Amino acid sequence: MEKLLLLGDEAIAQGAIDGGMSGIYAYPGTPSTEITEYVQHSKQAKELGIHCDWSVNEKTAMETALGMSYAGKRAMVCMKHVGLNVAADAFVNSAITGVNGGVVYTVADDPSMHSSQNEQDSRVLAKFALIPTFEPSNQQEAYDMAYDAFQFSEKYKIPVMLRITTRLAHSRAGVQRREVKQQNILKLPENPLQFVLLPSVARRNYKILLKNQEAFRTESETSTFNKYFEGSDKSMGIIACGIAYNYLMENFQDKPLNFPVLKVGQYPVPRKIINKMVEENDSILLLEDGYPVIEELLKGMLGIGLNVKGRLDGTVPRDGELNPTIVGAALGFIQKQENKIPELVVDRPPIFCDGCGHIDMYNALNEAMNPYGKGRVFADIGCYTLGALPPYSAIYSCVDMGASITMAKGASDAGLIPSACVIGDSTFTHSGITGLLDCIVEKTPVTIIISDNSTTGMTGGQNSHGKGRIIEICKGCGVDPEHIKVIKPLHKYHEENTKILKAELEYKGVSVVIAQRECIQTLKRRNAQKFANK
Amino acid sequence: MKLDIIIAGVGGQGILSIAASIGTTALNNNLHLKQSEVHGMSQRGGDVQSHLRISDKPIQSDLIPLGQADIIISIEPMESLRYLPYLSAEGWIVTNTIPFINVKNYPDIDVVLKEIKSHKHNITINAEEIATEIGSPRSANMVILGAATPFLQMSYEELEKGIKQIFGRKGEAVVETNIKALKAGWEFTKKNM
Repeated sequence: MEKLLLLGDEAIAQGAIDGGMSGIYAYPGTPSTEITEYVQHSKQAKELGIHCDWSVNEKTAMETALGMSYAGKRAMVCMKHVGLNVAADAFVNSAITGVNGGVVYTVADDPSMHSSQNEQDSRVLAKFALIPTFEPSNQQEAYDMAYDAFQFSEKYKIPVMLRITTRLAHSRAGVQRREVKQQNILKLPENPLQFVLLPSVARRNYKILLKNQEAFRTESETSTFNKYFEGSDKSMGIIACGIAYNYLMENFQDKPLNFPVLKVGQYPVPRKIINKMVEENDSILLLEDGYPVIEELLKGMLGIGLNVKGRLDGTVPRDGELNPTIVGAALGFIQKQENKIPELVVDRPPIFCDGCGHIDMYNALNEAMNPYGKGRVFADIGCYTLGALPPYSAIYSCVDMGASITMAKGASDAGLIPSACVIGDSTFTHSGITGLLDCIVEKTPVTIIISDNSTTGMTGGQNSHGKGRIIEICKGCGVDPEHIKVIKPLHKYHEENTKILKAELEYKGVSVVIAQRECIQTLKRRNAQKFANK
Repeated sequence: MKLDIIIAGVGGQGILSIAASIGTTALNNNLHLKQSEVHGMSQRGGDVQSHLRISDKPIQSDLIPLGQADIIISIEPMESLRYLPYLSAEGWIVTNTIPFINVKNYPDIDVVLKEIKSHKHNITINAEEIATEIGSPRSANMVILGAATPFLQMSYEELEKGIKQIFGRKGEAVVETNIKALKAGWEFTKKNM
């Protein structure tokens, strides 16, 4: 088979296609977006009829994949780490139902928060749900794990997690493909009650899940993804998880590595191998790109007995992603670094694109809000979050998908009136509609601005489920049509738009102002395509 | 053979085309390659960089350790300085001289250029001007790649072949413009080294 140059994300997609996947389900989220996009652009996937349309959010994505699994076929769900929180209900319960066709949850964590609100480690959630996890160290392993994970999933009828971090997601390397596997045929579960989590069934299924933990551990202990490398210097054993292994090895390119090393790529934690490492070495160094998950297990609550070094004792910084320099420092190596960043270099934070509709929306909103003072606008996740920065300084929250509407409601309930919020069209359909319904039922005085650029902009312009549907959705939820206002955020309409916003801020009920103008990036791309086709 | 390259710029300036051109050429020469890039929020006018690592031996880390980069290729002058801690003592800076100013406190460009020129090995090139001269103002990134060619341990001809592969599907005209830009940059460095 051919060798391809692939991003870690793309390697996972190709591995899943070749591994017999029938459908991929996801909502865009950095650094996971390119997995689904790769399948969408793959000729092979198209020929194989693999489902690859976006879902409205991670929860619907996961549930749909579970439905595909129920019907006997293999499905993958992709998300960023915080997306797993959205899908958590389906996630934890799917461990109890188990699967029919194989299911793989690919979760891309973002240590250092390059494009995220937190740096939670999905391995903790996998442990919480009691499901096995694979963690590749490179693009080839990403491919192989995606390819093999479906089989593992079907062997134990358990969904499995494939956990990566930003660096692997967005780094390219050569990947050797394997033989393409056939997709499963349609086949219902042998036990018709498998997916019916009535307490009586759930209790039985849960016992099976608990019993399987021993088998999962044995799988980890014998897995080729967990490798123990012997070493003569027993003063320290090193446990390196996923991509941290590369950073470790980078530090020994020009010198011998005499410490025993355990490379971890499959969980639950391979207890027997770790036990060997602890018994044979005076101390243990933990390298994990994320939370100190294994480190905490080894150290225990009281931190007595074992000499464990890592993020908890400061050998490695407590937060942020790892890199070869940080790992080198943890090993006590002196780093050669001749140059510093000159003081004249200033930060260059991301900004709105020239001609972006959010700019004109914020200009009008700021003027309309002027009489009431600052601190009354809640916002959400998307390009428009940049409205928090100067020169706009227009918004005062960004917590999780959909939280703008509900926080505005809570503030209004507390007496902060007017209370307003800004949410994008894609975020609105992802998790905003339910909050709107809360407002409508209570007739809460809130002004909801849906900044509708008809795309999922921040992640690169994926299809938005809200495109062309926002007005109807608001009407359908029960917003008074008199208070659904559509404005076009352009400089030339500034005064008119400000007037409309002012009037709606004065209204003591639910009002929705839809600022509708296409994302400048998708518009450019559309025009370029039009030009190319001529 | 080992080559560690930082490619720097501002989101949207075309650093990934530079990375793809060098990367394809490296693969043609049967070399190992790892290339990490920035997707997401910073692509909206923020600072972006790509770590491109090429070697005849398998490569471990996707990121270049501090102090080990052989070259910084930058489409924006201030951005070339942001990654100085990565540069090795004998490393080269190859950068555009035309600033991309989208922040209020952008430093005096003369001071920026003076700082760049204070480094032992540097090539500063007005890529915009050269790209405009050859009738393709949008190919400044390829002019800069051309200017970096002498330091890439691969021949100009090999790189030209790589660019033909990358831009081939966009048509003959696009290939030709990019090669013209590459050549102009290459000749600039040969004259000014």
